Amino acid sequence: MRRMRVLAAMSGGVDSAVAAARAADAGHEVTGVHLALSANPQSYRSGARGCCTLEDARDARRAADVIGIPFYVWDLAERFHQDVVSDFVAEYARGRTPNPCLRCNEKIKFAAVLDRAVALGFDAVCTGHHARLVDGALHRSPDRGKDQSYVLAVLTGGQLARALFPLGDSTKDQVRAEAAARGLAVADKPDSHDVCFIPDGDTRSFLARALGAAPGPIVDTGGAVVGRHDGAYGFTVGQRKGLRVGTPAPDGKPRYVLDIEPVSGTVTIGPAEELDVMRIVAERPVWTGRPAPAGPVECQVQLRAHGDVHPAVAEPGGGELRISLARPARGVATGQAAVLYDGDRVLGSATISAATGGPLARPARRGPAA
Amino acid sequence: MAETDSGHERLRQPPACQFYLDHAATTPVVPEAIAAISEELAQVGNPSSLHNAGRRARRVVEEAREQVAEACRARPSEVIFTSGGTEADNLAVKGLYWAQQAEDPRRRRVLATAVEHHAVLDSVEWLAGHEGAEPGWLPVDGTGLLTADALREQIGADPGSVALISVMWANNEVGTVQPIADLAAVAHEHGIPFHTDAVQAAGQLPVGFAGSGADALTVTGHKLGGPVGAGALLLARGTLPVPVLHGGGQESDIRSGTLDAAAIRGFATAFQLAVKRRDDEAARLAALSGDLIGRVQAAVPDAVLNGPPPGPGRLPGNAHFSFPGCEGDALLMLLDAKGIACSTGSACTAGVAQPSHVLLAMGADEPRARGSLRFSLGHSSTRADVEAVGAVIAEVVDRARRAGRA
Repeated sequence: MRRMRVLAAMSGGVDSAVAAARAADAGHEVTGVHLALSANPQSYRSGARGCCTLEDARDARRAADVIGIPFYVWDLAERFHQDVVSDFVAEYARGRTPNPCLRCNEKIKFAAVLDRAVALGFDAVCTGHHARLVDGALHRSPDRGKDQSYVLAVLTGGQLARALFPLGDSTKDQVRAEAAARGLAVADKPDSHDVCFIPDGDTRSFLARALGAAPGPIVDTGGAVVGRHDGAYGFTVGQRKGLRVGTPAPDGKPRYVLDIEPVSGTVTIGPAEELDVMRIVAERPVWTGRPAPAGPVECQVQLRAHGDVHPAVAEPGGGELRISLARPARGVATGQAAVLYDGDRVLGSATISAATGGPLARPARRGPAA
Repeated sequence: MAETDSGHERLRQPPACQFYLDHAATTPVVPEAIAAISEELAQVGNPSSLHNAGRRARRVVEEAREQVAEACRARPSEVIFTSGGTEADNLAVKGLYWAQQAEDPRRRRVLATAVEHHAVLDSVEWLAGHEGAEPGWLPVDGTGLLTADALREQIGADPGSVALISVMWANNEVGTVQPIADLAAVAHEHGIPFHTDAVQAAGQLPVGFAGSGADALTVTGHKLGGPVGAGALLLARGTLPVPVLHGGGQESDIRSGTLDAAAIRGFATAFQLAVKRRDDEAARLAALSGDLIGRVQAAVPDAVLNGPPPGPGRLPGNAHFSFPGCEGDALLMLLDAKGIACSTGSACTAGVAQPSHVLLAMGADEPRARGSLRFSLGHSSTRADVEAVGAVIAEVVDRARRAGRA
């Protein structure tokens, strides 16, 4: 194996700590870097949690101490705000449901950080993601519950060629046990959930602060107004809770968000069956480490993080991807990634821009006649 | 791996940096101080106790007080021991403000240069936020210098509203030496108390408390070969700050807390030695830093030397540059990897470098402030340190420039 100069991104969590330790054990020359992503880092004393706290920076530093590698903090708050937080807000304003972790991998960890690392003389960036690289091809982790290939599927072959995922073959339990054996204090640190830049977990309030109140109607599939809301950005296709609709459905069945129309702020709700999607259009396709296929590709597609996989046929063309599912998927939100797999291997990904129940030619999810 | 599980032996990093050029952050403790501290640590006795063991410890503290007083030409009774520079600055700024307020509530203005250490800056800001003080930031020129005229102008037509003036003796980042005696004289024309933070100056420049005219002066041990954790605020007779720490009434009721006889003895020992060696050492450091500046400018022709020109207006061991197109933290990391320790000279939040407030106050734009690096030499510096920087700086700057464009 070639001895490389490796920059280990260390969040302060257990995964990135063990990843850095393994890279060092493998004989690489490893330098730990904690990415400061918030301009105003909070501490636990102020009630914050997530991946941007002063405690996380301290935990990362202590892990680097134990591993015995140099450690620095890089300030990427400005880039993170531009490329991830602003994008997150803008996507919600468009009626979409973005995945900020994916955007962070695409624009920060394997772009801003990787570029800077390479310029400074590093060969690769190492992270604690649960995913495998097999001959340069991205694969799922054997720990299906923790698999993060979905949020990495946006990386190009060039980015993956300079990526190191030392946890690829391990389960989370193995990683925690190894952290404890190595004397890393983060061994039993809870997993991070939620969006790291929304420490209280209240996305709706965060968006309300960023976008202001934008009241609009909640309508049923017949177009009748059944409620009001303070901002369409507070909704996600497939959402059932928090609709606060006074009138019950005529058939008494639960109702779900079917559609968000950002310009008029109209949120359409209806029965679960109406969430069924058979055809998907996705934009900005990325083929991970392979040329774009010339024709239709048989694959399995995953439509959200930790979501089910669906047998599908994906057909590239016109800078888009048209995906036909073999059986209906429910609650497909625009803005999420459609990730194409061949078994465990990631083929590519694209951002969902439209989802319909019927043939692609039909522009709207449903009409008055539906 | 069993034996190394404790983690302590598993250091892959080089054991220590080979070339230490960050003496302004902290400088090695001199052997004489280590010996004094070690000897004292083995003893028992609280300097406030009345029995024999207490009296012995008290004698150590009082001898140290006399040494510190002698080292900065003050009276022993003017020396108030503190835990270091930050505490002394807080005591001076807050304590003197409170004392002035008690005497005359009209005295709300606190004047300080914009290039002060954060121990002063943030104390002033705190007074503004919590005690109704009005900060007045004294302007400096492009080399970091405050003139007596600029001070006069700020005091302006209403000297009776000024509670305190605080101006550092020498700047920790760019090494600018202020005309303290002139400035203190201006303050005294108006009966305003004058404090100076002489943390960087003490031991490197002739710092005389009586001659300076300052009413309060901060020094600390670890910048002159003593331990971290011991320093002092010198207070002229009649200058009585309101205490920040209350308790057992030590240090004339101005600074409570059990006196750390070992650290104080180490501080005094180091201070005495630093003063004794000062003239020779200053000449040696000035020659070394001149050599460093020449090598850096030869290797990187567009490097900008920040601060005053080398000479009596600059700390002898300070060399501070801006490297256009570079980020200071990238330069620091690349030099660190080559065993060279230096500093971006700026405050940190979670380890994140902020652009230096000192350079910004001197009129630098943000890129120039961010692309700066401080090399500071001290008693253990040698020609090898300077040569090491000279040998790699061109390559390191070249790399950091590429990273800056990435």
